[in-house]
Amino acid sequence: MKATRRDFLATAATAAGAAAAGDLSAHAQDPEHGHAHAHQAVPSDMALRVKSLESLLVEKGLVDRAALDALIDTYEHKVGPRNGAQVVARAWVDPAYKQRLLTDPDKAIAELGFGGQQGEHMVVVENTPAVHNMVVCTLCSCYPWPVLGLPPVWYKSAPYRSRSVIDPRGVLREFGLELPEDVEVRVWDSTAELRYLVLPERPAGTEALSEDALAALVTRDSMIGVAKVLPRREGGAA
Amino acid sequence: MNGVHDMGGMQDMGPVEEEKNEPVFHHPWEGQVFAMYRATGAWHKWNIDAARYSRELIPPAEYLRMSYYEKWYAGLVDLLTARGLVTRAEVESGRPAPGSSKATPPLRANQIHETEALGASTKRNVSLAARFQAGQRVRARNINPVGHTRLPRYARGKLGTIDRDYGVFVFPDTNAQFLGENPQHVYAVRFSARELWGDQAKPQDSVYISMWDDYLEPA
Repeated sequence: MKATRRDFLATAATAAGAAAAGDLSAHAQDPEHGHAHAHQAVPSDMALRVKSLESLLVEKGLVDRAALDALIDTYEHKVGPRNGAQVVARAWVDPAYKQRLLTDPDKAIAELGFGGQQGEHMVVVENTPAVHNMVVCTLCSCYPWPVLGLPPVWYKSAPYRSRSVIDPRGVLREFGLELPEDVEVRVWDSTAELRYLVLPERPAGTEALSEDALAALVTRDSMIGVAKVLPRREGGAA
Repeated sequence: MNGVHDMGGMQDMGPVEEEKNEPVFHHPWEGQVFAMYRATGAWHKWNIDAARYSRELIPPAEYLRMSYYEKWYAGLVDLLTARGLVTRAEVESGRPAPGSSKATPPLRANQIHETEALGASTKRNVSLAARFQAGQRVRARNINPVGHTRLPRYARGKLGTIDRDYGVFVFPDTNAQFLGENPQHVYAVRFSARELWGDQAKPQDSVYISMWDDYLEPA
């Protein structure tokens, strides 16, 4: 049974691999792929395979096409790191909320209307001048969807998954964050159904800012723990 | 399974490269794969552990080569066929087998908001004594199961301290193979970086790993 399953996965993958090999140079030259990141070559026929599977599932009545569109729309437009940023900003301006967020995160996050799929059981870890928390999933791609949306490619990549636990400071350096020697680094490996949100430090000089203005400063990366929040939002920051 | 997916502590995988202003999906088909996986999950023919296991079964060289959503596609096809929702012949032809009946999708567009907001908890409200208490020293068991497990290789045999008890959750090792939920306590266990990696690590640094009762023994 198992050998058969693996053979099948290998067969599908080999066919895809052959397509990818022939397509490597075209992929590199494709202007749509001009961005500087090393995602693996994608077989040119993936779009066709997926379309074929989708029409099969719709024809068999296994999925509703409108439900698929609604799911895509939800994660492209409704769920994302702006949710988490609201949570962080509220914690910065409201000490009682911050306390609730740290002690009963699911309820506190639900107060702002967020929660659910892949965020059923949240843990909020607070960064301070003495302690720096960062989050990884070494085994797959676990990530708190309701507050951060779907994870970026780098979070799911082999370099991040492999090195975050053995060389967190080196990984942070690649994100441009050099931590002082005496700071304590805590890496949270998401091996179970707990999902982690980092509560970053509120930057100095933001005392006069409104909650909304503060939320606009909070980046996705700061809530994963690979960046700090800057007092001013830089253009194009993730 | 001591597979290539269990990456914690490996080296030489290259630098972490961040893409600025990254889209949620890089191609429309990626969103379609994501949505099909979520929508077919509503048939309850598998669980999250079985889904993770399906991707772990991708042969290692292919696992490393494939993009994320290619792995999801391969895993989804595996789940759909292994659990009998479609046949391989249907996947290959893209057409329902002649004479096959048409089902009614369990998930409709107007339910998405509710289902996503509700989630699918694997926490179980059963009264079960915790084997370990916060502050207790423990050792991660040195086990090498050939099926699915969430006990990462880099922690096996290592000494840690129970940080907190998260409550009782479904056990992935059995659930992934439909052998029962076997619920048990999950803890945050703190492992010092020196215990895991030796003197090259900073003495104050640590890794917190979520672990089920069956992954731990008293130290």
